[in-house]
Amino acid sequence: MTTPFAQAPFPQRPASHRRRRLTRRGFLAASGVVGAAGIAGGAAWASLAGSAGTRQVASTTADGGTLVLLTLYGGNDGLDTVVPAADPEYQKARGTLAVSEHDALPLADGLALHPSLVRLKRRYDAGTVAIVRGVGYPNPDHSHFRSMSIWQTASPQTPVTSGWLGRWLDATASSAKNGSSSSGPIQAVGIGATLTPALVGQRRSAAAVPTGALAVPGGALGTSIRALFQPDASTGNGTLLEAVAGVDNDYLSVADRLGPLLGTSGTGGDDLASQLGIVSRLIKAGLPTQAYAVSLGGFDTHAGEEPTHGRLLGEVDSALDTFLTSVAGSPHASRLVVMVYSEFGRRVVANASGGTDHGTAAPVILAGPGVRGGMYGDQPSLTKLGTGADDGDLIATTDFRDVYATVLSDVLAADPGPVLGTGRRSLGFIKT
Amino acid sequence: MANRADVTLLLRRAGFTPTRGEVDAAATLGPQAYVADALTPGRPDPGADATPPPTLDDPADLLKELAKSAGQTQRTAARKRARKQSLELAAWWVQRMVASKRPLTEKMAFFWHGYFATSVQKVRSPALMLTQQDIFRSKGLGAFDDLVLAVAQDPAMMRWLDTLRSSAEDPNENFAREMFELFVLGHGNYSEEDVRQAARTFTGWRWTPARGFRVASKLHDDGVKTVLGRTGDLGGEDVIRLAASQPASHRWIASRIWSRFGAHAAPTDPVVAALQASAPPKPLSELFRAVLLSPTLTSASVRGGLVKQPVEWVVGAQRALGATLPARTVLKTLSSLGQVPFAPSSVGGWPEGMAWLSTSATDAKVSFAVALASAADLSTLANEPSAQRLDALADLLALDSWSERSRRALAGASGDPARLAALGLISPEYQLA
Repeated sequence: MTTPFAQAPFPQRPASHRRRRLTRRGFLAASGVVGAAGIAGGAAWASLAGSAGTRQVASTTADGGTLVLLTLYGGNDGLDTVVPAADPEYQKARGTLAVSEHDALPLADGLALHPSLVRLKRRYDAGTVAIVRGVGYPNPDHSHFRSMSIWQTASPQTPVTSGWLGRWLDATASSAKNGSSSSGPIQAVGIGATLTPALVGQRRSAAAVPTGALAVPGGALGTSIRALFQPDASTGNGTLLEAVAGVDNDYLSVADRLGPLLGTSGTGGDDLASQLGIVSRLIKAGLPTQAYAVSLGGFDTHAGEEPTHGRLLGEVDSALDTFLTSVAGSPHASRLVVMVYSEFGRRVVANASGGTDHGTAAPVILAGPGVRGGMYGDQPSLTKLGTGADDGDLIATTDFRDVYATVLSDVLAADPGPVLGTGRRSLGFIKT
Repeated sequence: MANRADVTLLLRRAGFTPTRGEVDAAATLGPQAYVADALTPGRPDPGADATPPPTLDDPADLLKELAKSAGQTQRTAARKRARKQSLELAAWWVQRMVASKRPLTEKMAFFWHGYFATSVQKVRSPALMLTQQDIFRSKGLGAFDDLVLAVAQDPAMMRWLDTLRSSAEDPNENFAREMFELFVLGHGNYSEEDVRQAARTFTGWRWTPARGFRVASKLHDDGVKTVLGRTGDLGGEDVIRLAASQPASHRWIASRIWSRFGAHAAPTDPVVAALQASAPPKPLSELFRAVLLSPTLTSASVRGGLVKQPVEWVVGAQRALGATLPARTVLKTLSSLGQVPFAPSSVGGWPEGMAWLSTSATDAKVSFAVALASAADLSTLANEPSAQRLDALADLLALDSWSERSRRALAGASGDPARLAALGLISPEYQLA
């Protein structure tokens, strides 16, 4: 067991939770304790999703793949991840912080990977890594918490309370007749103590499982716990108490189903490698789980960015590579896709503290056997930068909701419409 | 005379799980007098006196030994010591919360810790974290702008949000942004330009162990800035006081205190009006008083509208059962639950509400509850006839009542006080504050 001070997953607790007054199972929607505006999430998204004239993603009936969502908290420096190393503007803007052309690992189009991403580079060369460049949203927000909330809810204009994958869970539940969606509370699984808001829906949420052992005690105690956590109407409809009881009831089914797969000690630590170790076990066991969430924090590099950033990227590189190797060949991972994203990139010009301040657009990386490798989207210009509130920032070239639409449609075999609204397009980075 | 359930609720919100004796005393005193006393600083606390903080390395020495200029051996040893002391400090605070006879003092310090969330992981000196906590204790009930200013000039915060590295030549925005967004105004009540201009006002702010806080004039930008509509050669203190005087700031701080002591859901309009009438520039004690004595507190939606944070659950459980578990077990549990004191994962602080509840969290609580119940002297339960034990358990845990489902499940365990107590701690009812 790691200590409390081990690489704390800042994860599941971006402070956007602070304002997430709402919970799970539509608790507030039913209780009426907040005004309609506060609970509009599920209903409001459709009207604000716009109607851009791009090709609508078709709903598909193909078998779904598996998504692993890897959130990098703190704002990963996109320019020092997928590096325009050959561009003199980049070298000038970043000064001593710049990755030299000599050290960077060349990919294509004058772009290269940070030297810590050596294993990712090998996978890119093998055609199983896609890089979507310049991903962001209009009117970028420089707050960690608001911007992460935008990414997790996929609602840039209006704060909503459901996560994008939470709405996917809601939509699959309502399309399954008579609850025939057999995976129930394990259709999506987050690793760690608390759940990422991306996986919280209006009516359903993912399960959060620990990296350690998970089992309902046996004996008389176990019998009592099972009785205590039975669903029961007496807690009152739409109350917070009912929502708590719902989580407790999920504990029984999730522990019974997943506990035996985790063994008596799990993987122990809460570092990224341990989190992905759990995901690997669950995938190889052939669970009906379609989406997993893991995370790594510490990317808010305002000062002394190197060696911190290199160390963190090295951790991602190593953990991801070990994970993909461990599930390779599993019949349950043939269409696996890992998606790596952060709430924003960082300012183009380095600051005087050897770091970078909050920025805007950044690359999203997808890796795994389900990926059609290569570069997608346009690289943002280093000379035509934002103005006003975005002075000195990259201008996004790809909307993150198109990345999500691609994942929903081509990995999860789901219609992006109920999750993201109409008008989204597929970017083509998934093998179909 | 307020009814006993309402007094119990007040004590739950103004502290951790109150004992029967504490509820009795408060009921005699009455809610107004109880809150007035709890908000009076400087009253003796024998429980706190009995739990003095651990001995910590002097920050100057420790930071010197952790610096790159120190040798590798020295740095490794210093890192190990810093880590050990960080854990001792976290365990100490939990023990202090369990032992305190003035729980509101501890709960409020813990609220401010989460509000100005600073982590020892970046600050590195546990002693500086303890110094920061002293600010919460000494200024947490006074003028809001004085509190923010003291925190802004506190070395732990200056290390945490990079103020120490910001200069006129290249201002670092980290502190200015989080100060507006998280500490004083709330998102949407300032512009990007305000952040960039305000960052200039904090340039040159420095702190050394020998000299304390000062503004290094050579590193400070003394040019004209415009922040929140005011133009001039503004300094950092000007900006903090200006921001804290905005109506948006009053709403912000009122809503933050409400969501930790009242309910997660937004308060109704009359409550908002009442809170705003007690908000800064009045002292913060007025705002805490308004929340704790709000007539709305006892309404069904507020009474049942707040989830215990993990620290509150771990502290309350130990207070209720009159037993403690080893520091190691306590910290391991808090780590599994995602809330270790002095180590919030980001400046945004810890989540609230349902975010704390998950399969993972339930699993950790079951282990802790079983261990605690088996370590406790449960004669108060055992001495009751079986038929009375469910009510005795509700009393022990300061709960209003059991749901039908809980009552049925607990009845099946009424012959076994340890099992009964453990079930009470993990019951849905006890997860609410």
